Amino acid sequence: MHSNLLYILVMAGTTYLIRVLPMTLIRKEIKNRFLRSFLYYIPYVTLAVMTFPAIMDAAEKPLAGLAALIAGAVLAFMGAGLFPVAIVCCIVVFVLERIL
Amino acid sequence: MIHNERYGLKTFLSGVRDGFPIGAGYFAVSFSLGIVAKLSGVTGIQGFFASLFTMASAGEYAGFMVIRESAGLLQMMLVTLVASARYFLMSCALTQRLDPKMPFRHRLFIAYGLTDEIFGVQIARPGYVEPVYSYGLFVLPALLWSSGTLLGIVMGNLLPASVVSALSAAIYGMFLAIIVPPSRKNPVILCCVAASFGLSFLFSRLPALSGISSGTRTLILSVLIAGLAALLFPVKEEAADAF
Repeated sequence: MHSNLLYILVMAGTTYLIRVLPMTLIRKEIKNRFLRSFLYYIPYVTLAVMTFPAIMDAAEKPLAGLAALIAGAVLAFMGAGLFPVAIVCCIVVFVLERIL
Repeated sequence: MIHNERYGLKTFLSGVRDGFPIGAGYFAVSFSLGIVAKLSGVTGIQGFFASLFTMASAGEYAGFMVIRESAGLLQMMLVTLVASARYFLMSCALTQRLDPKMPFRHRLFIAYGLTDEIFGVQIARPGYVEPVYSYGLFVLPALLWSSGTLLGIVMGNLLPASVVSALSAAIYGMFLAIIVPPSRKNPVILCCVAASFGLSFLFSRLPALSGISSGTRTLILSVLIAGLAALLFPVKEEAADAF
């Protein structure tokens, strides 16, 4: 248990280091093929792990969250951007929780 | 000289203009992030500065979960590393587009605003990345991202539960908008996403595993699945560059 301030400092500091190191100290290409591949795949895996089943648990009715996941995925698949996908997920949850 | 400054202002303002649609999207999502932060006991002001200085959707979401679980600072560092690892590659890619003659200090500031959408806009512009344009580009997304988080925390309990429940979905919508398009093009990413969904669900529901905190679950599964994918399907040079 630490103060929120300390947590936030560590979070912001780590994030800044991730962004600034390649531009300042490293400045060389990463040659290691495994490391490159690992860095290439990890964002998608992490975001997917954090999306499901969390999207169901965040909604009052899990089924509404599941429907939002499907609707958002289909929309993003068809090429919709960040904003429309986010809004449609909200609308799907709102409407389905009234009906279900 | 005066002419140069006017040119600088114009470039700055065109960055501000291009930042508006990004900022509008961020505002909706960060309101949703604020609801998550509120559940972790983060105050409005703390949330505002957390968002202003971190500017990362997945990183902050994961970070606020770590706070909620009162985990250690090392866990906060590791979870942030995993959740924001993609910025490392984007930063590597952006480095190739920086003028070698540009004063070094600009690198320190340009790094601050590196998000998925801002990176996309910077990369889409021809030629070297102009620092002044980038700073203009950062203004609205940074302010709207931070104030959206603040409002989400403060207004989260003023709004009816049904609205809060609906708004909570926005952050996941943003994650989907990032992971789905590459899944469509690359079957390995699609399999990674499917495996992540499946294992994440199992980890959260199986009695033996559901005791693991969400931060630890994210860490274990990310390293495991991305590590396996990297071993079995190493990417070609061009694929990683195109990221």
